[in-house]
Amino acid sequence: MHSNYQPFLLRLLGNSRWVGYAVALTVICILIPVLNLAVPEDSALHLSDYTVSLLGKILCYAMVALAMDLVWGYTGILSLGHGIFFALGGYAFGMYLMREAADAGSQLPNFMVFLDWHEYPWYWAGSDSFIFTLLLVVLAPGLLAFIFGWFAFRSRIKGVYFSIITQALTYAFMLLFFRNETGFGGNNGFTDFKTILGIPIATAETRIVLFALSGLALLAMLWMSHRIVESKFGRVLTAIRDAESRVMFSGYNPLHYKLAIWTLSAMMCGVAGALYVPQVGIINPSEMSPANSIEIAIWTAVGGRGTLIGPLIGAGAVTALKSWFTASFPEYWLYFLGGLFIVVTLYMPQGVMGLGKKLLGKKS
Amino acid sequence: MNGQENMTTDDGYVSGSHLLQPGVLDTSHGVVLYLDDVTVSFDGFRALNKLSFSVDVGELRCIIGPNGAGKTTMMDSITGKTRPDSGSLFFGQTLDLTRMSEAEIAQAGIGRKFQKPTVFEQHTVFENLELALKCDKRIWHSLFGKLTGQQRDAIDEIMNTIVLQELANSRAGLLSHGQKQWLEIGMLLAQQPQLLLLDEPVAGMTDHETERTAELLNTLAGKHSIVVVEHDMDFVASIARKVTVLHEGSVLAEGDMATVQSNEQVIEVYLGR
Amino acid sequence: MQIEKLMITGLMAGLLLLSSAAHALSPESITSLTTGENEQRIDAIASVVNSGDSSAIPFLKNILNDEVKLADGKILIVSESGAIDAMTGEVVTLPEYPEDLINNNRMRNELDIAIAALSLRSSDDAVRLAAAKKLQQTSTSEAMLPLVRQAEKSEKRPKIRTLLVEIRAGIELYSSDKQLRLVAAHELAGSTSAQIRQSLTSRLELDGETDPEVRLAIEAAIESIEERLGYYEFAGTVFTGISLGSVLLLAALGLAITYGLMGVINMAHGEMMMLGAYSTYIVQNLFRQYMPEWFDGYVLAAIPVAFIVTALIGVVMERTVIRHLYGRPLETLLATWGISLILMQLVRTLFGAQNVQVENPNWMSGGIELSSNLVLPYNRIDIILFSVAVLLLIWLLLNKTRLGLFVRAVTQNRSMAGCVGVNTARVDTWAFALGSGVAGLAGVALAQIGNVGPDLGKTYIVDSFMVVVLGGVGQLAGTVYAALGMGITSKFLESFSGAVLAKIIVLVIVIIFIQKRPQGIFALKGRSVE
Repeated sequence: MHSNYQPFLLRLLGNSRWVGYAVALTVICILIPVLNLAVPEDSALHLSDYTVSLLGKILCYAMVALAMDLVWGYTGILSLGHGIFFALGGYAFGMYLMREAADAGSQLPNFMVFLDWHEYPWYWAGSDSFIFTLLLVVLAPGLLAFIFGWFAFRSRIKGVYFSIITQALTYAFMLLFFRNETGFGGNNGFTDFKTILGIPIATAETRIVLFALSGLALLAMLWMSHRIVESKFGRVLTAIRDAESRVMFSGYNPLHYKLAIWTLSAMMCGVAGALYVPQVGIINPSEMSPANSIEIAIWTAVGGRGTLIGPLIGAGAVTALKSWFTASFPEYWLYFLGGLFIVVTLYMPQGVMGLGKKLLGKKS
Repeated sequence: MNGQENMTTDDGYVSGSHLLQPGVLDTSHGVVLYLDDVTVSFDGFRALNKLSFSVDVGELRCIIGPNGAGKTTMMDSITGKTRPDSGSLFFGQTLDLTRMSEAEIAQAGIGRKFQKPTVFEQHTVFENLELALKCDKRIWHSLFGKLTGQQRDAIDEIMNTIVLQELANSRAGLLSHGQKQWLEIGMLLAQQPQLLLLDEPVAGMTDHETERTAELLNTLAGKHSIVVVEHDMDFVASIARKVTVLHEGSVLAEGDMATVQSNEQVIEVYLGR
Repeated sequence: MQIEKLMITGLMAGLLLLSSAAHALSPESITSLTTGENEQRIDAIASVVNSGDSSAIPFLKNILNDEVKLADGKILIVSESGAIDAMTGEVVTLPEYPEDLINNNRMRNELDIAIAALSLRSSDDAVRLAAAKKLQQTSTSEAMLPLVRQAEKSEKRPKIRTLLVEIRAGIELYSSDKQLRLVAAHELAGSTSAQIRQSLTSRLELDGETDPEVRLAIEAAIESIEERLGYYEFAGTVFTGISLGSVLLLAALGLAITYGLMGVINMAHGEMMMLGAYSTYIVQNLFRQYMPEWFDGYVLAAIPVAFIVTALIGVVMERTVIRHLYGRPLETLLATWGISLILMQLVRTLFGAQNVQVENPNWMSGGIELSSNLVLPYNRIDIILFSVAVLLLIWLLLNKTRLGLFVRAVTQNRSMAGCVGVNTARVDTWAFALGSGVAGLAGVALAQIGNVGPDLGKTYIVDSFMVVVLGGVGQLAGTVYAALGMGITSKFLESFSGAVLAKIIVLVIVIIFIQKRPQGIFALKGRSVE
């Protein structure tokens, strides 16, 4: 009788449709490099370097939005501090890039020379190794999320309370990173990167490779998230969102589940940050500002929480609009963004995906 | 809490260990739940005042009492939601409930139904039961485990018992109030608990549904130990063998329905003056 | 420091008006003060000081203010009204190319000291006090000793007397008489001045005091001064902590109403404060333009204006957005964040992205000087008083009025309150307006002590939420304790670790604290409601 049984959420999403999205994303990842590199510049189909770097940025943001969706959309935990995990991943990778770009004489990045430091502080140890850096990219945000989450979830901090404390966390880290003595370049952060693995970072080819890697990472995360929400684990998460006490009295320990998805989400943000930094060429503490983190929530909300594709659409749409606004009418961007927050929460609780579903539902 | 979860063996008993209170569920003396001198106070108000009573294996016990008698607080303390200020709470002879987390208590074999039906509204009936089903509830198993045929059969059987098999793929949020109550009872059954705590299981049910629930509980008694908190006296009369009356946080009277109903103190508490 | 300078310049101006010519000085003095090498002129100053002739003060000031010029062998005092001959006091026409009298810094310093020393005999208490302070701050030479001793003898005011004793002892510390030095060291031990500690320390340095007994006495004096300074420093830290606490309290009180009582999380709360500060700015400008004579009263007028402006905006917010989101706290959070962005940008559009200038009224500038290292500024004291007043008003409003009764009823049991005839929708609006209005009041206070700019709200929002979370939801008393606790803790940490680290440590402490008491300091225990 239940051989045709499918998890409810997956049916909502539609298995075939999901595959369709994945294929589309793959095609885009191949098409865009081709349009940028192979198509001559005077052709109408040519994509400028600016567009490619914007799209690369969007791919990274999409990963963050997806990570946010796993904790907020599926588990009901609204984080106002996801920017910190993104930034930590970025800083971890930035450390490697700074080492590569270090001054030939002193072997130190310029900001350390200005501070009159003569050697790397202890926490820079290992940042010259690419492999170690890759590990650090996921471990640094993962560890912070694990420790913070363990304390917060253990004392049953939830809802708005949790959100406010995550905001305080990212705010505290921003202040910390603003200090020059913290050893991460203070106000200016890391910039002026030269090479990755000895390969010049500013060439079109490197950019395209980074772009493609971002696309691949997003695909992998999408697949992983799909597997998670489809599993019983995912159903427990949604159950925690809807009735945590029932989950507890059914014999699950919500602490373990929340902590697992929270930490995983932070690691995903770390990867996104690491891919973002070489494409954008800078990382500074403003990435940790509370405003940045709360913007992540709006990407997810605009696209539609509790769906896997929604956050990608949301991140893309909002980022594209932002770059258009800031180029054309910079003074109106905050009005628009503010309005977006209000309109989405009041009239589109399920985001674009919910709206689309409603429209499609009416037709059939 | 201690990072080591209780393992369940095939015969339904709990093995494994708890750091501070090692041991398995032991009901060899015939007592499944044992409360002694339990006190819980909120800002000076004693919700439970030196409450002592015990429940035998296979017993169906009804607990009645006026509002504020401490019925829900008692359930909260048994399931680990509220920690008693003093007194002891044992599941069987060995498991000290005051030292276990909610999840551990549930894993050890105590199932609880809330006053307000609490089901996973965004999940289907089938998924609700699947989530409640007795199995390894750690993350790894949830991520990669698959339902066995046996488990599917068990879920089907429960759906038959609670008459929701037609609605297996409906969202639980769309069920009627009575159906949600039943689904919650079904979820408790899926947990295969030794002890079932039911807080007002027939609230908001039609007469027909109430009757069916009484039947269901009567068939379950014997296999499980059941504690029912209820206001509906007719319902209590139709299922109860032994009734405990709570008043101001402690036991006022105990005995069969007729004895309790003729107890003068009980009459005074219920009718006033 | 600032005050002293102001006083001194004020006095100078006053004295100049009284006598603009140096009649009293002998022609020889005038000549020697204005001609010759610097060394000779300084000797001349010293001899004027020794003569103790306070009528020399105006001319010394003329020299100090570069009003004395030399032309055709005459010494002229030049002011806007014309030139007069310093010797005769006759008005003369200013020659075309008068020669400036050049005063280097050393000369200026000597002039300063001389004026102060001569002013010690003034009959005006304020003049003497200013002069004594001036002399205490500067290193004085033995030549002044007779003058200072004399002044000390005739001085009646204890405050000035103490200063004079310190000045005299400071000079006597260099006396050739060992006994005099010993007594001086003992006398200085009672000082509360960092300056005295400094001069004592330098006396101990190389080529300084050689006598072991006097050295010992000086060391004891330094220790005693340091101990006393330490007390004042401690008191100062407590004061700034209470001051920060009162600011946090003002910022958090509105939140304690909207979040604590109503459960509405208003991320635009900081922007309400910002609007309160801008309201103050506008009121200030209106006063300046239309009734400058009442300028000092603008703050009092700004209080109701800021309250009404922000309360009205609160009403609009509640009616249009928040009303539709009750019971959905996370959505409320995002929507109010959106509102905060719009308000911020609106202010940028209207007033520009730069900070605007809000000036303290006269009665709020300056402060009470308790010692050389502890001054309690009036604006800080006023804000502490203001926050107590606002707290008291809110308490009365919530506990002694019908509105308060309704608010408490609605927050405890909305449907029941509705059943007994409370218009819950209206109570929500009123309560939210009150919370917003209180934020506006906080804005008035913030405008008096910090920068007023579009980002003002964002700097306080995290802190004020932490206060409410730490204090426990729905607890005014908890909010007060949390605000003061956070204020004092961060000021004490700041003295060890610097401002940024202190802020981080406080946030970490709050996060850890919430582990132990997730419901805050003053949470009510109760039956858990799922």
